[in-house]
Amino acid sequence: MAQSPAHGADHHDHHAAGHHDPQDLKLLGFWIFLVTDVLMFSTLFATFIVLRGGTDGGPTGAELLEINGIIISTFLLLTSSFTSGLAVLAMHQNKVQQMIIWLIVTGLLGAGFIGLELNEFLHLIHEGATLQTSAFWSSFFTLVGTHGVHVTVGLFWMIAIIIQIVRRGLNSDTKGKITVFSLYWHFLDAVWIFLLSIVYLMEVM
Amino acid sequence: MGKKRSSLVRAAFSAVVLAMTMLLLSGCGNYMVLDPKGPIAQKQLDLIGITVLLCSIIIVPVLIITFIIVWRYRASNKKADYKPEWAHNNLLETIWWGIPIVIIAILAVITIRYTHELEPSKTLAAESEKEVVIQVASLDWKWLFMYPEEGIATINTITIPEDRSVRFELTSDAPMNSFWIPELGGQIYTMSGMSMALHLKADEPGDYFGTAANFSGEYFANMTFDVHATTEADYEKWVADAKNSSDTLTDEGYQELAKPSADNEQLVYASFPEGLYERIVTKYMHDGAELHEHGSASSDEEGKQSADAGAASTEAEGHDSSSHTGH
Amino acid sequence: MLDNIKEFASEFFVTGDPLIYGADVSIVLATLAIVFVLTYFKKWGWLWRNWLTTVDHKKIGIMYILAAIVMLFRGGVDAVMMRTQLAFPDLNFLEPEHYNQIFTTHGVVMIFFMAMPLMFGLFNIVVPLQIGARDVAFPFLNSLSFWLFFVGAMLFNLSFVIGGSPDAGWLAYPPLSGTQFNPGVGQNFYIWGIQISGIGSLASGINFIVTILKMRAPGMTMMKMPMFTWSVFASSTTIIFAFPILAITMLLLFMDRFFGAHFFTLDGGGNPMMYINLIWMWGHPEVYIVVLPAFGVFSETVATFARKRLFGYASMVFAMVIISIISFFTWAHHFFTMGSGANVNAFFAVTTMIIAIPTGVKIFNWLFTMYKGRISFPTPMMWTIAFIPAFVVGGMTGVMLSVAPADFQFHNSYFLIAHFHQVLIGGVVFGYFAGLYYWWPKMFGFKLNEYLGKWAFWFWNIGFYVCFMPQYLVGLDGMTRRISVFSDPDWTGLNVVSTIGAYIMGIAFLFQVAQIGYSIFRHEKDTTGDIWDARTLEWSTPSPAPEYNFAVIPQVHSRDEWWEEKERRARGEQPAQYGPIEPIHMPKNSAIPAIMGACWFIAGFGLVFHWLFFAIPGLIGVFICMFARSFSAHKAEYYIPAEEVERTEATLRGSV
Repeated sequence: MAQSPAHGADHHDHHAAGHHDPQDLKLLGFWIFLVTDVLMFSTLFATFIVLRGGTDGGPTGAELLEINGIIISTFLLLTSSFTSGLAVLAMHQNKVQQMIIWLIVTGLLGAGFIGLELNEFLHLIHEGATLQTSAFWSSFFTLVGTHGVHVTVGLFWMIAIIIQIVRRGLNSDTKGKITVFSLYWHFLDAVWIFLLSIVYLMEVM
Repeated sequence: MGKKRSSLVRAAFSAVVLAMTMLLLSGCGNYMVLDPKGPIAQKQLDLIGITVLLCSIIIVPVLIITFIIVWRYRASNKKADYKPEWAHNNLLETIWWGIPIVIIAILAVITIRYTHELEPSKTLAAESEKEVVIQVASLDWKWLFMYPEEGIATINTITIPEDRSVRFELTSDAPMNSFWIPELGGQIYTMSGMSMALHLKADEPGDYFGTAANFSGEYFANMTFDVHATTEADYEKWVADAKNSSDTLTDEGYQELAKPSADNEQLVYASFPEGLYERIVTKYMHDGAELHEHGSASSDEEGKQSADAGAASTEAEGHDSSSHTGH
Repeated sequence: MLDNIKEFASEFFVTGDPLIYGADVSIVLATLAIVFVLTYFKKWGWLWRNWLTTVDHKKIGIMYILAAIVMLFRGGVDAVMMRTQLAFPDLNFLEPEHYNQIFTTHGVVMIFFMAMPLMFGLFNIVVPLQIGARDVAFPFLNSLSFWLFFVGAMLFNLSFVIGGSPDAGWLAYPPLSGTQFNPGVGQNFYIWGIQISGIGSLASGINFIVTILKMRAPGMTMMKMPMFTWSVFASSTTIIFAFPILAITMLLLFMDRFFGAHFFTLDGGGNPMMYINLIWMWGHPEVYIVVLPAFGVFSETVATFARKRLFGYASMVFAMVIISIISFFTWAHHFFTMGSGANVNAFFAVTTMIIAIPTGVKIFNWLFTMYKGRISFPTPMMWTIAFIPAFVVGGMTGVMLSVAPADFQFHNSYFLIAHFHQVLIGGVVFGYFAGLYYWWPKMFGFKLNEYLGKWAFWFWNIGFYVCFMPQYLVGLDGMTRRISVFSDPDWTGLNVVSTIGAYIMGIAFLFQVAQIGYSIFRHEKDTTGDIWDARTLEWSTPSPAPEYNFAVIPQVHSRDEWWEEKERRARGEQPAQYGPIEPIHMPKNSAIPAIMGACWFIAGFGLVFHWLFFAIPGLIGVFICMFARSFSAHKAEYYIPAEEVERTEATLRGSV
């Protein structure tokens, strides 16, 4: 077992042998986490599809779901995905201020999305569709709500990252956090596209 | 150390021998599954036999080889070869990938054939023959049996004529259960909101053991029932007697019966409310769903169901069975 | 007021059974004893600094194993109580209600809180050392995984004395596990015990995948990894695909029970069959999650103790990968009798049989690893050899069960019980025992006493066959699982024999406890670090390995790197050069995982009892911990100076 002659070249980190680039590890770890999250959503989607007929004589999705509000929500979330991409671009150019502004815009759009979703839920509850109404509505609220919780957690996470960047500036650590966050945010966007088509469009059309 | 080890080994062997003897002594009876009294159980036993034989082709040599290798290449046997670098041989590996593949392929073909042949919803009656129909509801914690054509009902006991196909239609008005008469053939689940079908036949008169097989709560263990297979004449007589029974099952009586209770006597009712079984099944079905039967062998219905499920599932071919109530 | 408190207490605490009072007393006494010992010897600080806040994979591994042994005891006591009831069904040793709780907790404890932590314990201790890494990829997350497991296990076990145990079977099929038929809190304990520890398992799965993919020593390609590491990789991959399904299934069951949703209810359009599908989509892969690492252990022990290369490495890897893929396509064989139709049953029957092929190939490869070897028989090897007949027979009954039409006669009978105990004990438990005995010297620097170990081995093996062989027969005689009483006299004899076997295994466990206790006080210190003359990198470090594992990361040339190195040295070549030693970058200990675990406990407890004043603060605590970590992570590392590493190495190696 000869000592590694190539450790400096093999690893991105140059100051210690056997020390692996933490950002590299985190990025891979996060990708795998996203795989597990995809599976969780798949299970929820599968549940929704199996139970979509289970309205138990109560209101159906076609009766209560309104597509107009959803189009605005979709627009907000897609735009926020775009602005989070702009934030990452600014980060690569080391433009801290610009990046923070784009992040805040992303956050506001996300908050708007959550606001609309809450509004929709309140409206549905008012119309008499709750978790307890029927299997269909149980799976609707759980599926859409799980996505909403993901977005909300993302918002708090982003606030925490902004504070850290304001305090410590951009470095490989904070850059890594932004990268991972934007990955998460794009992922939520992709999930929403599926939600939009499977839950809303297929239900209403 | 050597002596200690040999005494330990000797103690171990004598314990095993003792245990096996006890096993044989205690187990001399006829095991229900191995002593079938009907065509379904017989075919299932045949299949078990085929499986054991096919598996033995691999299992027995493996056990012998294990013993030989472990014995011959023990470290203390200095005469044996020692080839520490020998770790790969294409021919050998091809052989032991190949043999299991061939055996499993044979077993798979047999299994597929038998799966279709023994599909529980397939009748055992010839065209001209008339089946006995028994509707079964698993309750907490008892079995309700209804004979719709005879108009009688029983609790925890059934009587069937020998040599006639019996069609069980099964549902549940309690947590899911499973209906099993080991000597006549394999079990099937009873589930709320669904009607399952199982066909069995008894070859000879006799008293058989029936049991609930899927845990359904506190007094699940009490859910056994008797199956009396009789001659055709005795069966007719039993039906006539049943019709003269002093007990009748009413709708109110059923409400009472469906409540959880532990120790249930066997009972025979002279009559039961018309359509009770259908009402139990539809009780848990929501509007618009139609009563359809499960365990169906009919290939187009199944095709339709799997097509539904295929569209329904993002995860491979899942959910076939779970999509049934969904429409 | 007093009456209110009394009424509350009588519902809150489980009362009315002498067994429970006995458990209460022993729990209180044990706790007092631990507190007293820690206080008397002033060990609180040591416990906190060295263990509870550690992020060192070796210590986390030891904590997992310790917890697993305690849980093995609990699950084993459950088993012995069940067997006692079944040997004398007329004595009413256990009421049906109590019996139902015990078989439920036996299953849950053994799978979730015994097999899983024992497995993660071995992962933790072995993988970084075996691939020449200093720790896992995410040491903090690793510690968090442990605490989530631990908290989940404690929450679940608490149900024994507070609130009442779950009693709907280890997989809790609805509607029986729904509020309609199961209004108590026991089922809530089930959901949250599993959910919290399940999140930990998922995180561990991610952690080990990244560790194995990214942190192997230079030169170690995937096809040069030791077989145990390969098995961990296969198992972890299976975890990340299976555990999300479990998490969602538990979430949906919780929604039904807590919010009155209608996923699995009989009314409101719910569909209980969907639960059965979902839980087995996780449940079947889970079986392979726990058995694959056992296969990995056998691959290591067989090569070491036959003093020979592992036969058919590529076949072994391929077989393992195939097993973990196909394991996701067999779940419906757990309910052939649901009436899904002949085509569905035939499909799942065939996929299930296919798994037998790669498994059989592995057995052949182990056998031919021993062929033309020089086999010695210390305890790890004895377990390995005992595994082969046990698993071969268990595998055969598995193939019998996979034949769908025949399964109609086996399903839910004691035949099934005997089968899965045979593969789980004969495969998983034997495998983990082999691993535990094999790597024990690496963990603690001394071997477990072989003499007591052999007694334990023979008691386990004899008890095992005496217990489960009669169960096959009684299953063929129509006895179904989960019954606490029966009237058929034919079953009595077989059940009595089976119970005797269970007690023999209980004695075997006591031998193991005695073995560990004796060995702690009477042992010979291992100074070589390579007590078995083994083959892979973990044996190149001192035993126990220093906190940084490797002073210098090794360069790998072949699969059996350490064996080759020893050969090179024997040929008189220059031994590996140690140096220049550089400062080593290490993660700092952290209290956050333990605190976050405590917050989860509070949240879980609140959700069990519908006490939002517990649940909400608990969940807020969880989030605060996450933010605290996010803000402090960049400060949570330090360097061990090169001089200190040199000093440590000199002390550890000096005595060689």
